[in-house]
Amino acid sequence: MSNKSKHQDGMSLISKTISSFMTALIALFGFYIAFYGHLTPGGGFAGGVIIAAAFILLTLSHSKKVSLKKFPDIIASLLDNFGALSFVALGLLGFLSGAFFMNFVQKGKAFTLLSSGTILLANIAIMIKVMAGLFAIFVGLSIFGRIVAEGEKGDMR
Amino acid sequence: MLNLIPLFVAVPMGLAFFTLITSKFSKRTSDVFTFLGVSFLAYLAVRLITAGNLDYMVGGWKWPLGIQLHVDKLTVILLLIINVVAFLATLYALSYMERYTAKPKFYALLLLMIAGMNGVVLAGDLFNLYVFLEIASLASYALVGFGVESEELEASFKYLILGGVASSMILLGIAIVYANTGSLNMADIAQFLSTHGERSSIYFVYALFLMGFGLKSAMVPFHAWLPDAHPSAPAPISAMLSGVLIKALGIYAIARIFFGMFGVNEMLGWIMLLLGTLSMVVGVLLALGQYDIKRQLAYHSISQMGYVMTGLGVGALAGSPEVAALGIAGGLFHAINHATFKTSLFLCAGAIEYSTGTRDMRKLGGLYKRMPFTSTATSVASLSIAGIPPFNGFWSKLMIVIALFQAKLYVYAAITVFVSFVTLLSFIKLQKFCVFGELKPEMKSVKEVPVSMVIALVVLALLCLGLGLGFPFIEGFLLDAASGLKELLVFNI
Amino acid sequence: MIVYYLCLVMFMLGIYCLIAKKNIVRKIIGIVIIEYATNLFLVFIGYKHNGIAPIITPEMQDNIPAFAAQSVDPLPQALVLTSIVIGLGTLCLMVALAIRLNEKYRTFDTTEISSLKG
Repeated sequence: MSNKSKHQDGMSLISKTISSFMTALIALFGFYIAFYGHLTPGGGFAGGVIIAAAFILLTLSHSKKVSLKKFPDIIASLLDNFGALSFVALGLLGFLSGAFFMNFVQKGKAFTLLSSGTILLANIAIMIKVMAGLFAIFVGLSIFGRIVAEGEKGDMR
Repeated sequence: MLNLIPLFVAVPMGLAFFTLITSKFSKRTSDVFTFLGVSFLAYLAVRLITAGNLDYMVGGWKWPLGIQLHVDKLTVILLLIINVVAFLATLYALSYMERYTAKPKFYALLLLMIAGMNGVVLAGDLFNLYVFLEIASLASYALVGFGVESEELEASFKYLILGGVASSMILLGIAIVYANTGSLNMADIAQFLSTHGERSSIYFVYALFLMGFGLKSAMVPFHAWLPDAHPSAPAPISAMLSGVLIKALGIYAIARIFFGMFGVNEMLGWIMLLLGTLSMVVGVLLALGQYDIKRQLAYHSISQMGYVMTGLGVGALAGSPEVAALGIAGGLFHAINHATFKTSLFLCAGAIEYSTGTRDMRKLGGLYKRMPFTSTATSVASLSIAGIPPFNGFWSKLMIVIALFQAKLYVYAAITVFVSFVTLLSFIKLQKFCVFGELKPEMKSVKEVPVSMVIALVVLALLCLGLGLGFPFIEGFLLDAASGLKELLVFNI
Repeated sequence: MIVYYLCLVMFMLGIYCLIAKKNIVRKIIGIVIIEYATNLFLVFIGYKHNGIAPIITPEMQDNIPAFAAQSVDPLPQALVLTSIVIGLGTLCLMVALAIRLNEKYRTFDTTEISSLKG
């Protein structure tokens, strides 16, 4: 692909370069928020939203094609269901060991990463669910919006 | 048995996502898994009848911390109607939904709705009630617009806007309750209120909850969304919405919160009685003029919910505990009966639409020659809703009227009987236009619906008759449930 | 006390927006305002003057009663987070419906979208 056609869809070269740096950092921050949700403010939902925002930034600056190549929508919808399913499964595992959503994992030393039993696992499940779900919603709405906008143009003619 | 209570929420919710994953690889799996899941839930619900009062603390926390699931007789009644109706609706949907694309998504939303309703009924604290109510509502908004035709989308949007306002009002009410009592657990709040006395801000909460849950149960000043939303959904969902959802989210929540948590007083009793009577009269009068079968049935839902509300109102107003228990038991029994006959009627309307392609009564006629099972089921359910003995609708209406008489509310008793006659009139019209009369020439090629739909219809018709004939056996259970409701929630932790 | 009443005023503004505006997008904004007013009310319930965040740090863990007396109430914050998530779901569904309605009717005006009569 020539340099010129690469710049045709998406924003300018500056925004593309900056956003491809930032995407990784934003996603990393999202993972941090989700993984340390039991120790600091944050959690699965906030972390998932931040990671989804990284992909949305990629979509806005480059194009839908680029971000869908990195994160195909079929994978997004599968991960969406998988995250929710694993959260329910976590509850059911607790159910088998005493009570529904029982914290059945060995709790480690306080104020370390592995100190919360199942809460870390639940945060990860929610992170996967929210990340995939929000990105899928964004892509879905933008595809629908495109159809509507094109239809309106057709009406005006 | 105690250990299995959380499965009422966990199984449908897990299956909803699981079937979506498996349907990516094989289309038929979602049918099989959904059917197995709802059968299991119906079996669990039937087993609960003999269980008595149960409590379950999620995560093993000590009361009043943590999430509590509570089962008493009222919960058992609601769980039974939710899961049995869901089972029959799914059985019906196996054939009916073949015409729609995206069947796995339909099942996933249906399962989420069942999970939400089961959660509302089981929840022992206000906030979980709100969360599950939102899950069930969101699934139902999406299901109303499932056909993505212009009218369905419009109905769904209307329903969403009004439902969203109702949810916000409920949340605001919960926030004020929490600010006053410092707890969200219903039993804990009931204890706090009984020891600390009345507070003026609780009256504001009454108003917010009555508006919020009144909107969810489509009581008359708040009914505008129902006649649009219920007919627009696919037939099994119409049946679920009318038969179960407005009871679980509206009537049940009102009964549980006002009777169990706040404790009723005379003012609340009068409000419920007036809301109920207004709904009864307005709903049935609006239903008379309809020619669309499903729209007529939707207006009747408003009217019949009015009966249930009237029963609860008598229960709150009546001085003696016997009369109160009779009124509430009548209301609850009418809720059960409404679940059977209104589900049956909506499924029949769906079957008629499935075979003939129209819902307009004026284009139909003489269907008993071509669709014997559907016609018989329609007639049985119509007689039942109109309150003809020995079908079940008669007994519950009789209980409510007797309770009204014993509470010396003669005018309301007369209105109740009058509304029953108008209901009969309205269903005679339905019978005349659809089931009997001349077979139209363009309807010559009409055939009976597929087997799984017929089975669901026959089972519901038998339930209508069985509940009517078996009434003496379940009366004691209903009266127990009603008198248990009037006491403060006593949880056995 | 005044902040609680201001929340209710905001709630009423949302309802006004819902009733008075004829545009679907503005109606959606009205619903969102109502939801945010409720969330704000919930946050204010847990507020405590000069309070600290309800997160235990290593320095605090020996003196739990003092921590509990100083920190704000964490429960309303958890409730707000849940209701924000629910609000997000509702908002997405509303926007999707609005796009679909626009596709069918070619307008956002509710006076023209009226093939049903409640």
